[in-house]
Amino acid sequence: MTTILSFRELTRQCWVSLRLLPLTVLICSGLYTLVILLAGRVIPGSSSGSLVRAENGEVIGSTLLAQQFTRPEYFWPRPSAVSWNASGSGGSNLSPASLAMRQRTEKLLAELAPKKGEKVPADLVTASGSGLDPHISIEAALFQVPRVAHARGLSSEEVMSLINNPASGTTTIPLLNKSLVNVLQLNRLLDRLQK
Amino acid sequence: MSQLYLLLLVVPLLLSWPLGLAMARLIEPGEASGYGLWTSGIFRKIGGAPVIEEQDWKRYLLSMMVFNVVMFAFVTIILALQQWLPLNPDAKGPLEASLIFNTAASFVTNTNLQHYSGEVSMSYFSQLFGLMWLQFVSAGTGIACLAALARALGGKQTVGNYYRDLLRITFFILLPLSLFVALLLLAGGVPMTLDGAIVAHTLEGATQTIARGPVAAMVAIKQLGTNGGGFFGGNSAHPFENPSFFTNIVECVSIVLLPMAVVWMFGRITGRMRDAVVIFSVMMALLLLKSAAAIWLESAPAAALSGFPVDITPNLEGKELRFGSGAGAFWAALTTATSNGSVNCMHDSLNPLTGLVPLAGMWMNVVFGGVGVGLINMFIFIVVGVFICGMMVGRTPEYFGRKVETREMTLALLALLVHPALILGGTALFAATPAGAATVLNNGAHGFTEILYEFTSAAANNGSGFEGLADNTVPWNIATGVVMLLGRYIPVILPLAIAGSLASKKPVPETAGTLRTDTLLFGLIILGSVVFIGALLFLPVAVLGPVADHLTAINH
Repeated sequence: MTTILSFRELTRQCWVSLRLLPLTVLICSGLYTLVILLAGRVIPGSSSGSLVRAENGEVIGSTLLAQQFTRPEYFWPRPSAVSWNASGSGGSNLSPASLAMRQRTEKLLAELAPKKGEKVPADLVTASGSGLDPHISIEAALFQVPRVAHARGLSSEEVMSLINNPASGTTTIPLLNKSLVNVLQLNRLLDRLQK
Repeated sequence: MSQLYLLLLVVPLLLSWPLGLAMARLIEPGEASGYGLWTSGIFRKIGGAPVIEEQDWKRYLLSMMVFNVVMFAFVTIILALQQWLPLNPDAKGPLEASLIFNTAASFVTNTNLQHYSGEVSMSYFSQLFGLMWLQFVSAGTGIACLAALARALGGKQTVGNYYRDLLRITFFILLPLSLFVALLLLAGGVPMTLDGAIVAHTLEGATQTIARGPVAAMVAIKQLGTNGGGFFGGNSAHPFENPSFFTNIVECVSIVLLPMAVVWMFGRITGRMRDAVVIFSVMMALLLLKSAAAIWLESAPAAALSGFPVDITPNLEGKELRFGSGAGAFWAALTTATSNGSVNCMHDSLNPLTGLVPLAGMWMNVVFGGVGVGLINMFIFIVVGVFICGMMVGRTPEYFGRKVETREMTLALLALLVHPALILGGTALFAATPAGAATVLNNGAHGFTEILYEFTSAAANNGSGFEGLADNTVPWNIATGVVMLLGRYIPVILPLAIAGSLASKKPVPETAGTLRTDTLLFGLIILGSVVFIGALLFLPVAVLGPVADHLTAINH
């Protein structure tokens, strides 16, 4: 070991490491990043965050991210432990067997106000992992139809037809045959209908 | 849906075979290969003669340690200066000193435990030139050390050259694969931009600040290199890191691809492919078991919802809908088998017993494990298996034609005990003092599991967490930082010392009495060593944590 841990050997090794450092940094961080950035230019929409813009060009949100909706005339997204903060994502981290989660569920159910005998879809009372899940299940959308229709003075059928409209961002999970609705896209469709 | 998950194990299995053989070729191109001469020539020009000279295992480790110290120093400087460095459109401020230490230790050791949230604390420069760079070279270091181990076990006195191995692995294996995966992710909707956050005005008239960044580049290598450190706090649960069912599949395959491939690489370099098949089968059996257990346990509804007028579905707390049911549990099994540590659901919110699956994976830390180092860990269990069999038949045990004697066994047991000592010692200390007890989110047994998980993840160089834990404190940063460093280097140094010691012995001829290590029987022996040693060491804490949590949950 004495020959290996000599001062001369150590300085020799350090010198080599320091010479290889810029090479690996330039290629792994510089060149690699640059190539993917350039590739991203081909699809500017999604590479800059799939932003949704209003007619005047102002950014409304992103189709990939949930945002807060509290008014009865809008569909509501899944609960978020970070209040839909798109610059500070996170889940509740509550144990699914905890008292804290029971108490939160009570509060959420009070807001959702299911009719007697009606069951609330589970995604409306569970916080998503990122706090930004843009989707709700089709069942969760149907559950909210009466409230939204009432608040907007529309018939339930009119609102239902919007959910089935492809522009509401409906997707089906392959193999599961489960449909999801994009809350922001659906709400935009609602606003457009009434303009 | 379960067919899909089976397919997601079979596809990387099939891909890993040609990839592993190609990796062996790329690392050891042979004397006459044009690629070999060309790369050696270029590396020599840039780094000088020490980059291509043959090294014995001691010198190889010295080079590895020196380069790792340089990695640590470089990234510490970048993180400490981030407020003055470029590519900081959102004006991220300075980082606290113990967090810098923890983060540098975390990424140098291929752990990627994150006591910060990327979009809150890190500039793009820190992410790209500090953390993402380490994701390449720390993964490269792991694979290089496995190549050295394989050469020594193949009977060679010199085990290659660390620098040359590292550069070849990084530039010709990790980089092209990452580029390919990054392009797939980009096509799947993952953002890639240097523009800063943008303020959106929502339909209800509120504002939402949307953090963005060069996400696709980092997510690719984070998944491939068993790193796991995401761009955002939400990791691959965040829609920007993992926007769809499709990207989730790409990222799942990326988690296990390289850890699988290095087993074949090991077989090719040692020239013992049949042994590699046995090792691979043991790992695969454990992975199947883990995945099935996780998916089954997580299909139970959240206990906290019972009695409420809520539809009965598999536990959705901490999960994203777009990946489909079972996806979170499946990922949890993969990411902790391979020491990756990325997540697509919040592990703290897994059902209590499901939480045991990732823990068990990290306790064993050999179910493919971290790129390179997983198999190095498995080597220790193999040595123990060989030794136990030798004792049973009353012969001096042998492995790859070399006698395993006292010196090797002493080192093997030391290597075996470091892991539980770090986990159990750390957990005991933090569970008994306010340093840990005051930082848990959930009460009782679940809170204990949060502490246990954190030390397990640090020691296993995994990086996932029960994130309810408020872990960005000085005691947590220092303790887990030290545990990650010890948990990385000791289990690499000791096995290489064993292999070096074996290589220096005279080979013994194989006879009818030699224990063959390339048989189904020996596979079962390794499986037994892994399960029983793992179970005996960690059964008590498993009962105190997840099992107690499960039993109390039933009661309310």
